[in-house]
Amino acid sequence: MSLLELADVRKHFGPVQALDGVSFAVDGGEVIGLVGDNGAGKSTLMKTVTGVHAPDGGSIRLDGTLLNGREPGEIRALGVEMIYQDLALARMQDVASNIFLGREPTRRLFGLPIRMIDRPRIEREAAAMIRKLGARLPSVDYVVGHLSGGQQQSVAIARALTFNPRLVIMDEPTAALAVREVEHVLDMIRELRRQGIAVILISHRLNDVFAVCDRIIALRQGQVVADQPIAQTSMNEVVAHIVGAA
Amino acid sequence: MPDAAAIAAPVRRPGMRFVVRLESLAVLAVLVIVLAVLSPYFLSVSNFLNILLATSVIGVLAYGATFVIAAAGIDLSLGSVLGLSGVVGALSVNELGLPWPFGILACLATGALCGTVNGLLNARAGIPAFIVTLGMLGVARGLGLVLTNGVPVYGLDPVLVYIGQGRPAGVPFPVIVFLLTGGVAHFVLAYTRFGKYALVIGDNEGAARAMGVRVQRQRVALYALSGMMAGLAGLLFMARTNAGDPTGGLNYELTAITATILGGTNLFGGRATIFGTLIGALIMGVLQNGLNLLAVSSFYQQMAIGAVLVLAVWLDQVNRTRARR
Ligand SMILES: Nc1ncnc2c1ncn2[C@@H]1O[C@H](COP(=O)(O)OP(=O)(O)OP(=O)(O)O)[C@@H](O)[C@H]1O
Ligand SMILES: [Mg+2]
Repeated sequence: MSLLELADVRKHFGPVQALDGVSFAVDGGEVIGLVGDNGAGKSTLMKTVTGVHAPDGGSIRLDGTLLNGREPGEIRALGVEMIYQDLALARMQDVASNIFLGREPTRRLFGLPIRMIDRPRIEREAAAMIRKLGARLPSVDYVVGHLSGGQQQSVAIARALTFNPRLVIMDEPTAALAVREVEHVLDMIRELRRQGIAVILISHRLNDVFAVCDRIIALRQGQVVADQPIAQTSMNEVVAHIVGAA
Repeated sequence: MPDAAAIAAPVRRPGMRFVVRLESLAVLAVLVIVLAVLSPYFLSVSNFLNILLATSVIGVLAYGATFVIAAAGIDLSLGSVLGLSGVVGALSVNELGLPWPFGILACLATGALCGTVNGLLNARAGIPAFIVTLGMLGVARGLGLVLTNGVPVYGLDPVLVYIGQGRPAGVPFPVIVFLLTGGVAHFVLAYTRFGKYALVIGDNEGAARAMGVRVQRQRVALYALSGMMAGLAGLLFMARTNAGDPTGGLNYELTAITATILGGTNLFGGRATIFGTLIGALIMGVLQNGLNLLAVSSFYQQMAIGAVLVLAVWLDQVNRTRARR
């Protein structure tokens, strides 16, 4: 049984059929490159996995557990993390709060059964995570909206990796990053693979995809048009699939 | 690969949660100075307590407004729900013959129920908060008038009257309730997940949802809380006037929302502090007290409150536009 199994997943927005029967499977420790033109349905597909969108049909399973109809919080708790293309950050909140958003550890107030957010722990662990990523951030107390685009991306990445995920979905995680930071992210993906964690990388930068992925899946108008091991394809062939010339 | 110098040690800023816009404090200070010069009665302990007493009902309402506005919502029904809660509280004791603790419970429950209805219609049925609470403003006010035939319910249980008029250690009881509630509200907003999620929903609702916050449930709870605060304010108002008055709290939402915005809460959500709201409520209290001392007609006072609301939001906009350049 695969870690993630999609079978005939469908989703439409009004007249737009964003996903038209998508099926594929991902194993633990596998790195998948999900590619496709703008509007091909990549983000929509991944959002149906994380519970942000409810699919109209088909089934999504994690280790056999049906994910359809579950809340995003439940799906995160099952070990699926996603770095959203729009980053999904609360811009008026600080870095540490964003990294722990929805997962805040709490402690008792004076031993009473009243729970308050364990702020010192959040700051400590957020700082440790950022250090591990080698990201350049002024402080975990800093308001996210005041950070640069690349720094914000680092916060989103840190959030996805802090909670021991089993599957990490990255939607254009390197779009705003400098060369050195891109290398960090690619190294991190390799490290995740070593730990047996599955990664789905959505990227328009085919060089990055070919550098780290084991398999490439190409979407076109909401359908899978190619699903091949990296070793058996070439950049030209992938481009042809993306634009529909194959 | 890890770069130890990449991030500075986290800076501890223990005072952060009390940060209030300096403008709010400055406005309060200027008001106090001007009024102290204009009126010899202004700077006295008894007048100070009067101001706090007059501020307590508005202040409690404004706490509720702060939570809702923090989440980018709005509650226009605060004043009407206050009035209805006082009526139901007074009727439950005077007409139904229930003991006084039920009068307190009735006030809070009425408020919480109205708030829950607001929250459900907004979060589940998807009707804009502005419309839902505007509707509730009419319904709650009308219901209060229907229940009493438009005549206030006079003469409450002495314990209830004490809540409004008693002065333990010389401090008016409503002032104690106002300050204690402020402490609890501050704790909830600044230190708990409930408060954090209110702010995050106001900041970026999509992110809150994607990260697992139950946005709809939280919304309903926020309006219920706001309604319960209106119920508490209704209790204080009823107790102070020794009557369940169906016209009680008319237009108070205007003052409460003004106090909240004056205190630095972002009208569009994401940023709010209870301490700021407390300062904002005091500004409104001092303003009204001063205008009273200077014998300015209450008709003008109403105009002043409306003008201050627009002015506060305008100044905030100007500040933000300047910060963006
Ligand atoms: N919330 C939405 N409401 C309506 N239509 C949507 C929504 N989200 C996506 N779509 C539509 O679904 C289709 C697929 O969009 P999607 O964002 O999944 O593309 P994508 O492959 O991620 O593209 P990109 O590379 O530009 O990020 C598009 O036609 C888009 O307009
Ligand atoms: Mg996309």
